[in-house]
Amino acid sequence: METIISIKPLLAVLVSLFVIPVLVSSSSKPNVRESWIFVAGIIKLVLVLSMLPVILDGKQIALTLFEIAPGASIAFRVDGLGMLFAIVAASLYIVTSIYSIGYMRGLNEHGQTRFVSFFALAISATIGAAFSANLLTLYLFYEILSLATYPLVAHHQDEKSRISGRRYLTFILGTSIALVLPAMIYCYHVTGTLEFSTAGIFADQLSKPAATVLLLMFVFGFAKAGIMPFHSWLPAAMVAPTPVSALLHAVAVVKVGVFSIVRVMTGIFGVDLLAHFNLGVVVMTIASITILVGSCIALSQDELKRRLAYSTISQLSYIIFGVALLSPQGLLGGVIHIVMHAFGKITLFFCAGAIYVATGKKYISQMSGLGKKMPFTFAAFFIGAMGVIGLPPSGGFYSKWNLILGTLEAQQTIFMLVLLVSSFLNAFYFLPIVYKGFFGKSEEEDGNAPVKIAEANLCLVIPLMITAIISIVLFFYPTVFVNLIKVGLGI
Amino acid sequence: MNNYPALIVIAPLLAALFAGLAVWIKERLSYPIALIGLAVSAFSAFKVLMQVIDSGTIQYRMAGWAPPMGIEYRIDLLNAMVLLLVSGIAFLNLLASCKSVDQEVNDRAGSFYTIYLLFVTGLLGVTATGDLFNLYVLIEITSLTSYAMVALGDRDRGPLASLNYVFIGVIGASFYLLGVGYLYLKTGSLNMVDVANILSGIHGSSTVLVAFILCMIGIWIKMALFPMHVWLPNAYSYSPIAFARVVAPLMTKVMVYVMIRLMITVFGFDYIFESLSLADAVVWLATIAILAGAVMALSQKNLKKMLTYIIVCEIGYMVGGAWMGNQLGMTGAILHILNDALMTFALFLVVGNMVYKLKTVDLVDLKGLFGKMPWTMAGFVLAALSIIGVPPTCGFFSKWYLILGAFEAGAYHFAAALIISSLICAVLFFKVFEICFFEPMPEEHGHMDSHSHAVIEEAPVSMLIVSGLVSLSLIVAGLYSGTIVNTIILPFLK
Repeated sequence: METIISIKPLLAVLVSLFVIPVLVSSSSKPNVRESWIFVAGIIKLVLVLSMLPVILDGKQIALTLFEIAPGASIAFRVDGLGMLFAIVAASLYIVTSIYSIGYMRGLNEHGQTRFVSFFALAISATIGAAFSANLLTLYLFYEILSLATYPLVAHHQDEKSRISGRRYLTFILGTSIALVLPAMIYCYHVTGTLEFSTAGIFADQLSKPAATVLLLMFVFGFAKAGIMPFHSWLPAAMVAPTPVSALLHAVAVVKVGVFSIVRVMTGIFGVDLLAHFNLGVVVMTIASITILVGSCIALSQDELKRRLAYSTISQLSYIIFGVALLSPQGLLGGVIHIVMHAFGKITLFFCAGAIYVATGKKYISQMSGLGKKMPFTFAAFFIGAMGVIGLPPSGGFYSKWNLILGTLEAQQTIFMLVLLVSSFLNAFYFLPIVYKGFFGKSEEEDGNAPVKIAEANLCLVIPLMITAIISIVLFFYPTVFVNLIKVGLGI
Repeated sequence: MNNYPALIVIAPLLAALFAGLAVWIKERLSYPIALIGLAVSAFSAFKVLMQVIDSGTIQYRMAGWAPPMGIEYRIDLLNAMVLLLVSGIAFLNLLASCKSVDQEVNDRAGSFYTIYLLFVTGLLGVTATGDLFNLYVLIEITSLTSYAMVALGDRDRGPLASLNYVFIGVIGASFYLLGVGYLYLKTGSLNMVDVANILSGIHGSSTVLVAFILCMIGIWIKMALFPMHVWLPNAYSYSPIAFARVVAPLMTKVMVYVMIRLMITVFGFDYIFESLSLADAVVWLATIAILAGAVMALSQKNLKKMLTYIIVCEIGYMVGGAWMGNQLGMTGAILHILNDALMTFALFLVVGNMVYKLKTVDLVDLKGLFGKMPWTMAGFVLAALSIIGVPPTCGFFSKWYLILGAFEAGAYHFAAALIISSLICAVLFFKVFEICFFEPMPEEHGHMDSHSHAVIEEAPVSMLIVSGLVSLSLIVAGLYSGTIVNTIILPFLK
């Protein structure tokens, strides 16, 4: 495989880091500050996209920064998988930034400079994680991301956010130090390297019990992926302002967790080793439990953001599930769900935030009839919901389709049932919201008086329209992402 | 042959002399004199390190007397690194100290600088010397000066803490001296290399065994290895902050250096790990030290006290790594001497900034500090992350080597203790961050809305710059730890 040395991945990571001092120094001029965010966001996206043709060609872009020990360096290597994730994160960052202006100003939040600065830091770390060449670098960015998002989760600085912030860190930082760190060092101790490679890094140093323990340490240790029982930080993190929930807790943070698990399974263990020890089924079982239980809990939530959070927990496990199938179709379906779910779920969160800003309503039971006032928001919500349920014509259908084919290919028919049941549950907890929104009676509605349209401000509505439209476009044109996965995993 | 090795130690010694004399002439002069002395010392240390990296160990004979009769300074990669560390930190701390010395001990500033310089001279001498008895004398110089410093500090509790420190310090020194006495009895020499040569023939001797154990216990008391740590927390937290900032990072680390020096140069790995079967017990002791230090830190209500217990915990890291009996563990221990000195220095600088503004650093007094002292807190966060061991700060990379060493030696309990102490440190520091971040500042006049427009009241610029630089150096040291290991530690261990 051809490797090109280039500084581009480093620049893509650093650009939003370098913009932070500028953001801080222009904190008294919000418009100037916000325009810098877009400048940085667009440069980042352009940098990421400029690497796309090379990657699609089957080449890789690499850059080693610091050699810590032989086989363990701080280095970037852009491959198909990393590219896919980086495109999603970098493009959604720009959309979220528009949204975030509308949201933060609409609610007149305090500490906006701090907010945008840590947001920029978080997105830097996300891109860094996407481009990591080895487990050490991935761990580094994983930890930076955990810490950078803490002030965002605890943004309100009240008692509730203090408790949530504490839970957030306990789960995320605690598991990564207690489980991932020793597992990573053990891998290095055994093999002397941490570089990702599709063949895996272990020759035959691992017995089956050791491999099982190690794999479980990674799967549970990357708690950002929300695998039960280490999931409860995610609902707690919903106290954060909605742009954080939207970008970080539907896309960046949670998917860094999933991405890390995918990397470990495909790049450290390697599909062959997992298949040899028959470990796919173990992971699949864990993921299935999370899928089903997560969906059931989502059903019982009345606060919209919490329902979305539980839905995210269950959807994240689809990705793990797909990869754990260890068959080409399953891998494809799992990894492409990173993209499809990102666009669907971010739309839903954007809608939740728009509803909150426009009406101050957080609970689903208060939202009937609201669709008549906010038709665009609820239409987008419907599209986002279709994406998560997996209905055509939304991108979500494509990943579900492949996942189901994957279960057939891997001859795991029982697990196919999990997917089907979960889809029903998804429909149950999303569609009533849309139905009641459009056809239900709102509390203050009197008789047949014409309903006045009262959407949230444009900064909120435009982003959610954009992501909803993209989520449909992805159904028709998933090719780029499919190709990225194929070159990335060699399938 | 140049005189840089001597200059490292002589410069602060002479400066101490002049700074002391300056008290009678014009007390304000003693600060610049001290500054110049340490600048010369740090520069010489840098030169010596470069020279040692280029052309290997330097042997410097004091006044030209040949060993084993004369005192020899023997500077290899390990102590060249520690020399630069000590003189560099002492110099940087002095840069930041002017204002806080004025505030805390202004009536005795001249004596403060004099004792400070003598203390640093002692540490540098301990690090440079190649003679066992000379080592004892210099350890006593550092100890005596620190007793005086502690007594200069908190006027109520300082003297008692100092007295406590004197008692235990003297016991430690006696153990060491006794050990050296036994060694002299057996070998008739005090020069480290000479002693090592003679010892290599008589590994079975019980006199040597007693000497070894006595020396180790003496050094452990001096470095505050749990359960011999009881003097440290009070002594360090009641001394003037300008002194605490230098004694906390350096004293214990230099003692760890002495332990490693005795283990490698005098007694030798073969003797310790093959003739004796003590290593397992010491690693267990280190494991307990780590956990005990972390747990005790957890129960503190004062930030300074809390940090002193973290030192106790970190001592366990280095002792455990050194006694692991393999190259990775020793690499981790030596790397941690450097990293821990920087981390502790960064933390105490931050505490110094806080003390300057707030007078006390009880945890409850730190409310709303992110708004009030944002730069100080940024430095604090970096240093805390390094103690927790979050990459890319340097604390992560020494932990990395230590855990690898533990895996290789099969000492899983030690690896577990490292992980657990990381977790406890995370709890510890985030507890402090929560207070600083969530709780609004107590308001003296008028009401204001909780945390929107905190007024920034930072420490003086000189203190901020030093503390900022040192905090950033944690990341730099972390990223270049590969280079440090490859150019200094591995060549030394070969």
